[in-house]
Amino acid sequence: MKVRVKLFAMLRERAGTADARHEVPDGATVKELWDKLRREYTGLAGVQLKLLYAVNSEYVTLDHELADGDEVAFIPPVSGG
Amino acid sequence: MYRLTDKPIDVNELLVFVGDPGAGAVTTFIGTTRDNNEGRSIRSLDYEAYPGMAEQEMARLGDEAAGKWEITRMAIVHRVGNVPIGEASVVIAASAPHRDDAFKACRYAIDELKKRVPIWKKEIYEGGEIWIGSQTGERFAEAPAAKS
Repeated sequence: MKVRVKLFAMLRERAGTADARHEVPDGATVKELWDKLRREYTGLAGVQLKLLYAVNSEYVTLDHELADGDEVAFIPPVSGG
Repeated sequence: MYRLTDKPIDVNELLVFVGDPGAGAVTTFIGTTRDNNEGRSIRSLDYEAYPGMAEQEMARLGDEAAGKWEITRMAIVHRVGNVPIGEASVVIAASAPHRDDAFKACRYAIDELKKRVPIWKKEIYEGGEIWIGSQTGERFAEAPAAKS
């Protein structure tokens, strides 16, 4: 299945992309997708930040199971205001 | 009114929006861009947001505030893109029948916005730039030592 990946701020800069489509196995979790991204984008491999994760604009945990067509956002520590 | 904008924020527009004959108080919080942080002299700030989710989370803060206090209306507008020093990066307005609720709702909204609305701030200063909240690894090492 295919999911859409959104990266922001320092993650976007390190990966060199803001928005990409990725193929993942059926039933893959957010964690499995994140591990795949860290393998594919070397700039993400060293990221030690505590991230938040959102699927279709709702915060989820790393063990959340993805569905085909999901939009998955990797959210570094926020600093609005 | 929960909105992102790449233009200067019109505070009056928020005041008009929250205005109501039943309100006895309107409070505002205006966050402005400061020219220094932890010893760094800052030229400007760049804000990035997750459009769609950011507005949705701001609206959620308004709903939560309305559940905790008696407020009439709330508005939150956050700027994105480059924001020159001294301009408003975020404006929050809350109206309520009584001032205590309006003050508390406004305070709650800015405190929670800073914790969980997907918006990021990058400081651009002499000799580098830093994503605030992500100051680790080599990116942090690019920063000059903070003055004590």
